[in-house]
Amino acid sequence: MAAVQIDINHLAKLARITLTESEKERFASQLGDVLSHIAELTEVDVTGIEPTAHASPVYNVWSEDVAQPGLSTAEALQNAPAQKDNMIVVPKVVD
Amino acid sequence: MSTPLYFKSVAELSSELSTKKISSVELTQAIIARTKAVDSKVHAFNSFDETDVLSQAKLSDERRSLGKTLGALDGIPIGFKDVISVKGQPLTASSNMLKNFISPYDATVTEKLKAVGALSWGRLNLDEFAMGSSTENSAFGQTHNPWDLDRVPGGSSGGSAAALAAGEAPATLGSDTGGSIRQPAALCGVVGLKPTYGLISRYGLIAFASSLDQIGPFTRTVEDSAIMLGAIAGHDPRDSTSFKTQIPDYRAELKNRKGPWKLGIPKEYFGEGLDPEVAHAVESAIHFYKSKGCEIKEISLPHTKYAVGVYYIIATAECSSNLARYDGVRYGHRSKEATDILDLYFKSRAEGFGAEVKRRIILGTYVLSSGYQDAYYVRAQKVRTLIRRDFLDAYKDIDAVITPTSPTPAFKAGEKAANPLAMYLCDVYTIGVNLAGLPGISIPCGYSKSGLPIGLQLIGKPYGEADLLALAHSYELEHSWGTRFPDLEAQKGVRL
Repeated sequence: MAAVQIDINHLAKLARITLTESEKERFASQLGDVLSHIAELTEVDVTGIEPTAHASPVYNVWSEDVAQPGLSTAEALQNAPAQKDNMIVVPKVVD
Repeated sequence: MSTPLYFKSVAELSSELSTKKISSVELTQAIIARTKAVDSKVHAFNSFDETDVLSQAKLSDERRSLGKTLGALDGIPIGFKDVISVKGQPLTASSNMLKNFISPYDATVTEKLKAVGALSWGRLNLDEFAMGSSTENSAFGQTHNPWDLDRVPGGSSGGSAAALAAGEAPATLGSDTGGSIRQPAALCGVVGLKPTYGLISRYGLIAFASSLDQIGPFTRTVEDSAIMLGAIAGHDPRDSTSFKTQIPDYRAELKNRKGPWKLGIPKEYFGEGLDPEVAHAVESAIHFYKSKGCEIKEISLPHTKYAVGVYYIIATAECSSNLARYDGVRYGHRSKEATDILDLYFKSRAEGFGAEVKRRIILGTYVLSSGYQDAYYVRAQKVRTLIRRDFLDAYKDIDAVITPTSPTPAFKAGEKAANPLAMYLCDVYTIGVNLAGLPGISIPCGYSKSGLPIGLQLIGKPYGEADLLALAHSYELEHSWGTRFPDLEAQKGVRL
C-alpha cells in the first residue's frame, strides 16, 4: 500500500512543537509507514458497534463538594520555571 | 553456594527479617553496594538517594524491635519506575522536559507501600514518557539487559526489569500501557504483572495513555507478585477509573485455588514472526499444564491482527492530549529563547521532548485532527470493542489464555531504533490485554540456546488476579527458571 501523505507543518503547528527540517522529513516518512499499516483497520466491519473509551465498568463518578487539604502555595510552585509574589511569570501574552 | 541477599525473593527476605537473621539496614546496605557495583554496566537507575533509603530502613528496624512490624514488605527496598511520584524525590519520566522536577506529593501506590513499611528505593529508567519497547528512548541513556549487556532490557519499564534481574532491588514497580511491564519482564527473566484496568489507582502516575495505563509489580517469583499486588490494589477516590471491588488475600489464595483450569491457546498468537525457541518454550509450558490435568483448547481471537493498529491510534491520541500539559509554563523545561507565550510553547516542547515522544504526539494529533477523527480514532475505538469482545466470548469456555509474551528474546541495542514500525510490532502479543483491560502476567519459562530468558504470558478474566496468580504459581512451583541469575561479573562492560 502507498504511504499516506501527511501535512507535517500543519500537524506541528497544531501540536505546538517546532520541528527541524530533518525531523519533518523523517517523521513524515515514518508516520506514513505507520499509517499505511494502520489502514488495514478499514477492512473491519464496525456497523452497529459501540466505541470503547476505556475498559473499566465505571461511569459518571461523583464526589461530595467538600474542600480537601491540598498542596501549599510553596509546594504548588516548587517546580515553576519562574515565579514572583506567589505567581508564575510568563512572557507577555497581549500587547 | 548460598544465594546472595540481593538475589533473594521478597518472601525469603521477609522471613529472614522476621527471624532477625538480617536487619533492614543490612539488607539495604547490601542492595546499595550491589547497585554501586553493577549499575555503571546496567544503567537501570536514573538516580537513587542512599541517605533517604537508609533512614527509612532504620525506622523499619526500630518498628521491628518494638514489635510493631507492618507486614511482609516492612523493611524491603522497592524500586520505582521514574513515572511514579514519591514525595521529595525526582520524577523525570526519563525526559529532559522533567529533568529537574521534584514530586510535591506521593502517588497512591507510594502511600500504600509506605503504609506497609516498604522502603522507596531509587528512580528507575524507562523509555521517555513510557513510549517505547527497549528503554533506548531515555533522555538519560539506555538501560542494558543484565543477561547480555549488548541487548535491550525491553521497555518501557526496562529499568524496573533490569534492576531486579541484576540484584539492584528485591522488587520494583512499573507501568504497562501496551506491554511495558510484561515484555521487559520476559526479556529480563523475571515476573511482571499488569493488573486489570481499574484495580490499581493511577493517581500520581505520569499519564501517557489514560485508558490503557496501569501500574504493576516486577518480582522474582509469583508469590512475591501476590504480596506486592495485595499491598497496592484497591479503590481510590482520586482516580475516577478506579474500581470498587473486594481485594482478596492474593498470597493466601495461591494455595487455595488449585485448578485444574481450562486454558485457551489463541491460534493467532502462534503464527508468523514467532521465534522457534520461544515457540518451543511456550509449547513445553502448555504441555506441563496438560500433564497437570488442565483442559487445553485451541481458541480464536479473530481481531488480534488489528490490535497494534488500534493501539497506535488510541495511545497516540491520548498521548497528544495528555502531553499538552507540558507547555513550559507551570513546571518542566522552559525555553530561554522564547519571545512570546506562543513561542514559549513551541520552543519549550521542541527542546524538552525527544524524537519518539514528538513522533507520537504528531501521530496522535493527526488521528484526532479535523476530517480524520472518525476515520481513525472513532473507528479504532470500535475495533477495540471487538477485541475486548473476542476475549470475553472466549472466557465463556475457558479460565485463562496462554501465549508467548514477546515474539523474540531480547534483541540487540540499536537493531530496531531506526524503524519505529518494527519496534511497535514487538508488542503484538501484549497490546490486546491493555485494549481489553484484562490482567496479564509474564513468567520465566526457559532460556534460548544463547542463554536469553523467555517469557510465558498468562491472561486472566477481569479482576481475576487471584486465579491468574495461582495458575502462574502452579507452574513456578515445578520449574526453577526464576532461580537462575545473570553473571554480570563475567561480562566485560558495555561494547557500545
